[in-house]
Amino acid sequence: MLENVRLSFQGIWSHKMRSFLTMLGIIIGIASIIAIVSTIKGTNDQIKQSLIGAGSNRVDILMTENGNPVYIWSASEIPSGFRKVSDETKQKILDLDSVESVTCYNERTNSGGTFYQNSALSDAKLRGVDENYFKTCGLILQTGRNFVEEDFKEFHKVLIVDDVAANNMFGKENPLGKIVEISQVPFTVVGVVAEKPSQAPAISTISQYYNYTSDSSGVLYLTEAAWPIIYSYDEPENVIVKAVSTDDMEKAGEDAAKILNATITASDVSSEETVESGSGSGIKYKANNVAEQARKLQDLSAATNNQLIWIASISLLVGGIGVMNIMLVSVTERTSEIGLKKAIGARKSTILGQFLTEAAVLTSMGGIIGVATGIGMARVINKVSGVAVAVSIPAAAVAVLFSMLIGIIFGFLPSVQAANLDPIEALRRE
Amino acid sequence: MILRLDHIYKDYIQGKMTVPVLKDVSLHVEEGEYVAIMGPSGSGKSTLMNIIGCLDKPTSGEYELDGKNVLSLNDKAMAAVRLQRIGFVFQNFQLLSRQSALENVALPLVYAGVRKRVRRQRAREALEKVGLEDRVNFKPTQLSGGQKQRVAIARAIVNKPKILLADEPTGALDSKSSRQLMELFQKLNDEGVTIVMITHDPGIAGYAKRVVDIFDGEISERTSPAG
Ligand SMILES: Nc1ncnc2c1ncn2[C@@H]1O[C@H](COP(=O)(O)OP(=O)(O)OP(=O)(O)O)[C@@H](O)[C@H]1O
Ligand SMILES: [Mg+2]
Repeated sequence: MLENVRLSFQGIWSHKMRSFLTMLGIIIGIASIIAIVSTIKGTNDQIKQSLIGAGSNRVDILMTENGNPVYIWSASEIPSGFRKVSDETKQKILDLDSVESVTCYNERTNSGGTFYQNSALSDAKLRGVDENYFKTCGLILQTGRNFVEEDFKEFHKVLIVDDVAANNMFGKENPLGKIVEISQVPFTVVGVVAEKPSQAPAISTISQYYNYTSDSSGVLYLTEAAWPIIYSYDEPENVIVKAVSTDDMEKAGEDAAKILNATITASDVSSEETVESGSGSGIKYKANNVAEQARKLQDLSAATNNQLIWIASISLLVGGIGVMNIMLVSVTERTSEIGLKKAIGARKSTILGQFLTEAAVLTSMGGIIGVATGIGMARVINKVSGVAVAVSIPAAAVAVLFSMLIGIIFGFLPSVQAANLDPIEALRRE
Repeated sequence: MILRLDHIYKDYIQGKMTVPVLKDVSLHVEEGEYVAIMGPSGSGKSTLMNIIGCLDKPTSGEYELDGKNVLSLNDKAMAAVRLQRIGFVFQNFQLLSRQSALENVALPLVYAGVRKRVRRQRAREALEKVGLEDRVNFKPTQLSGGQKQRVAIARAIVNKPKILLADEPTGALDSKSSRQLMELFQKLNDEGVTIVMITHDPGIAGYAKRVVDIFDGEISERTSPAG
């Protein structure tokens, strides 16, 4: 066997040009497939990172009405049935095995009544958060201080802004101590938070993924306790849970949503009017299944690339036929060699093995060169177009094995022909 | 008796015609004999040699090699007989041009599954026996005709076969090389190897102890050798 491999290399080496041309089809096919697979994997890794976030494990559980997220523009649009999440419900969610921490927040999308000095901050979001919000969302305090217990108990009118909002409002000035008016109520900025640099932005929907660079006007955070100072009432809240691990994200989201939805039913029973509006598709909490969305996006990018793989496979087929052709020529050329070998005692199986090995070595070499070329091509694609690429080691291994298989399949017919050669016929030729 | 061929017939089918090439050939060879087969071109010498060498099967007849009926053997067993009991020498050497003398000689040992170290050792010994110990790593293209044929003989005897079959071994050699080759054959025969050799050349046939004539597929024993 090893002897066969050695002899095959010798044979390939003594016909360098011919061997290379024979391999070319395999090289091109394998190279294209490796380049395509690397781009698919690169894109997928990127999507996964952006969407799921590297280790943030954050799942948004949003209020929805007829399947759409509820955006609260004004008090009259708040769907009845949702309530402010009670401490008891929070505790139930926290008790779930898959959940590490939980937080709830109020949100208003219109912050038209927000001013710093004389300029309106109409794009910034306003959130009323609880004590666990920053921790759960993985936000890090950059300057100033966090919310403390007194802020909640004594309804302090304090504000923490994120780095984007701080930059928009105050530019290079120190944000701490600045007064921002929200619906004519003055709030003092006490801190600035930012995302962990290592953490990709938490994006929860496909459309957000596409606009996330343009959608960054910043967020202003106040305590949920201070929320009624501006809006008069406690308002219902969205929930965010941090799962124990990435694998637990789906389960954590679904279980938490179930607990939250139970609170809707309870309120429906107590109130006549919501029984009706709550029926049918109605309102419910829905976990934003990030993993599923990542998968959808990945499928989308894979689908186009899969077609390319089919096209590249045709090149492999053509390469395989080329190998078969050259092997047939080689058998004819080496008729007397085969005859001699049989005459001095080589069995059919020995000759078969020799030629199959030769074909397999030839195409495996083609495969290896193809993988190297493909990786090079992927690098070039990355340099030129900026598409993310990631080389997949298993894919490279499979590619080499596959080219070996091509050699064995397409080398089979010529090898059988060689093995069945009549030694007398073969020796008679000169 | 090492070779016992009885009533061997060989026909070739040529289109609708049947061409008889061997007609009722019987040949008995004792162990250690040195036999030359002579005959004009087309008389069926090579055909007979291929049957003796287990490369071909007769149309009818009986053939026992070393007491064993070889005509009933399958392909694989025939290959084993060729490998273990028979050494072949051809008119045109039939060496692998890309391999060194040593590798050519070691080839039958590869098929016999001998380990590489042992293989090289035994191939070297065989080359020494034919007087080519100083040409071990030469390629066939770097050797003279006589040297090439000696490499071929080394290959034929490397598995220590009982029978050496040679089809016009001197056909491509000059008279000096031919004489050296015959001396080598004589030496091997003295060591107990049975030799069956085909030749056109009465001078070469003279080296054999027994000469068999074949004419138009029929065989006849010559009573006075080298006549
Ligand atoms: N495969 C074949 N098909 C048909 N006829 C064949 C075949 N092989 C050999 N013959 C015929 O058999 C006869 C004997 O051939 P063979 O090769 O045995 O002759 P030879 O005695 O060795 O001759 P030479 O001295 O020229 O080598 C020839 O007439 C040849 O044409
Ligand atoms: Mg002949």
